[in-house]
Amino acid sequence: MSTATRYKTLKDLPREDYLAPGGTLCAGCGGLLAIRLFHKVLGKNVVWINAAGCVTIMMSYPLSPLKSNWMYTAFASAPAGAQGVRDALDVLMAKGKVPRTEDLKVVVVTGDGAAYDIGYQATSGAIDRALDFYYLCYDNEAYGNTGFQMSTSTPYGSASKTTPVASRNPLGNTKNKKDLFDAWRIQGAPYVATLCTSHGVDFLRKVEKGMGVHGPKLFIAFAACPTGWGFDPKETVEIEKLAIQTGVWPLKESMGGVVHHTMVPRTLRPVEEYLRTQERFRHLFEPVVKADAVGRIQGSVNAYWKGAAAAEGFEIKLADIAG
Amino acid sequence: MTEQLMTGNVAAATGARLARVDYVPAYPITPQTEIIETIAWWVADGTMDAKFVQVESEHSMLTAAGTASLTGARVFTATSSQGLLYGMEMLYNISGWRAPMVLVNVARGLAAPITLEPDHNDVLAARDSGFLQFHAETCQEVTDLVLLAYRVAEDRRVMLPAIVNLDGFYLSFTREKVSVPDQKKVDAFLPAYVLPHPFSASEPVAKASATMEGSLYTYFRYNTHAAALKGKEVFAEASKKYDELFGRSYGPVEGYMLDDAEYVLVMSNSFTALGRQAVKRMRQKGIPAGLLKLRMLRPFPAQEIANSLKGKRVVAVFDQNLAPGLGGILWPEITSALYHTKGRPEAVIPVVGALGGKQTTSKEMESIFEAMLRVGGGATPEPIFLMRDTELKHVQQAVARATKEVS
Repeated sequence: MSTATRYKTLKDLPREDYLAPGGTLCAGCGGLLAIRLFHKVLGKNVVWINAAGCVTIMMSYPLSPLKSNWMYTAFASAPAGAQGVRDALDVLMAKGKVPRTEDLKVVVVTGDGAAYDIGYQATSGAIDRALDFYYLCYDNEAYGNTGFQMSTSTPYGSASKTTPVASRNPLGNTKNKKDLFDAWRIQGAPYVATLCTSHGVDFLRKVEKGMGVHGPKLFIAFAACPTGWGFDPKETVEIEKLAIQTGVWPLKESMGGVVHHTMVPRTLRPVEEYLRTQERFRHLFEPVVKADAVGRIQGSVNAYWKGAAAAEGFEIKLADIAG
Repeated sequence: MTEQLMTGNVAAATGARLARVDYVPAYPITPQTEIIETIAWWVADGTMDAKFVQVESEHSMLTAAGTASLTGARVFTATSSQGLLYGMEMLYNISGWRAPMVLVNVARGLAAPITLEPDHNDVLAARDSGFLQFHAETCQEVTDLVLLAYRVAEDRRVMLPAIVNLDGFYLSFTREKVSVPDQKKVDAFLPAYVLPHPFSASEPVAKASATMEGSLYTYFRYNTHAAALKGKEVFAEASKKYDELFGRSYGPVEGYMLDDAEYVLVMSNSFTALGRQAVKRMRQKGIPAGLLKLRMLRPFPAQEIANSLKGKRVVAVFDQNLAPGLGGILWPEITSALYHTKGRPEAVIPVVGALGGKQTTSKEMESIFEAMLRVGGGATPEPIFLMRDTELKHVQQAVARATKEVS
């Protein structure tokens, strides 16, 4: 990156923590880790605007692990909640009713259910109005808080409680993951980025970069979910790393509509290595390997990176399609 | 004070302007749209020092309204019918947030079938939401009730949002003379909105946190109820002050020829004018008729209703709404307000009428009094569903056309 950054190595991670430990979320929650890092970069003066999801339960009266402001709105309308707070702060500051020192960064934080599905209309409205806000989506690729039902973020081949693997439905979810990154980008959001906490410096720099951008900013954080995906909580960061190394979760950003991949794996590891770590994909390998399905996943990952490499002119060695 | 001819919609916008609201999130819907168009214009030409933003749905509109109120802005917005129901989830949230915004509902019947003219199924669907409810009959009342609603809603003893309801078409698009309150006096009546704990950098707050056990949830719900009940005395105080400043007095209910009446029609909003005409004609025939207009529906003025109706022979409740399988929505509320009153009326007749703004004649209104006169012998009164023979014929013709086979 050519622009000046505070974040050269992980040692530059701000020491201040605005999210106290010992919260009520699951052990190994990738989403919580993302929120913690995100907050460190933004600093203290934040109002979080939440929609229904796992993180909602973190704020159970009378306790709060946050040192910042919090507002729970409703499942479908967190971006509209951000609109109200942002507009009110702006008008009250303009009228001199609120001193500028009380200004806040307005940050929507939701899971993928709200970001991809039920809150999509309110999100589109906020982008259209060029609302100056941050949207942090902790993407665990399903409705985690209700027990892991599929969302439009659920990837092909994943089991979920509403796409159960059974004789007539051997693959689980058979739709492709919705491309929220491009949806925001194409609608004109000035900054869109994907994040993964296993790649901390990349994470910190992107949030830092977003802070310099006025308007709607989306951050989609890969949120490994031990409970929903089925893996040992201690494996969270390892699974995140595999998602990056296999190319399943591309780290990229879009500034003014121009896409740039911020971390290109020189040689993609086979997706199978990633898929095999999780219960939600077990049916792809047991009792027999479903080579077609695994091959299809590898094929779409390869196609994605082939396109990105051509567009940006980088070199990448794709993984073989098994079967 | 100046007098101006204006529609009910402009009277609502005028109330918002005089209240010096800071923020107006908006979304169009007939017959409310003139309100937000008027405000958009006033913000654009500098008449109002406020931020106006058109959002993409009533659900978002109400969400933004609520969160802005919790940030310390005085907030106004308006909707109708489907819009109110589309945002319904947020009404319960906003009252739970204790965000004292004011919402004008311009009443319109609910789909299906879709229609444009008024009845009160929309606003009465919000009766349990925790919003206070004030119902206007005239354009003057619309402006005045918006100002009174802010004063009551923002009172620390209450801190609840409020709905001011007016009928679509019959009032929203009817021009009447409105005595526009003097801004300086309004400023004295309605001091600046100061929220105790807004979102802030120096003193962060958590709002609307989850309550994961029933006792906490129950506590906050009871609190909302207690605050709504406080609205009665706060409304009385505010109304007294309003009378001192502007010379207009508003009670939670209002009687017409009530003192010596024996047969009383209970109703609300713009059709009340028709009710009064019927009362006059019955009086000319020597029948002691009277009327009780409902202005405040939440908090429910049970005691005032009981006091107004005790000792009357028969009461009829004109419900401009329909609860299929029950009848009218207000009838059981009025009846229960009377149950424990000594000298309660012998019967309370349920009447349903004027759905979707159905034209209602003086004959239909008089037929309600005739039904009251027929009551006797302790029999349970039959519910009355107003519709004229000529209307029935018209409907039958339409049905015949719709079902006619094309050769």
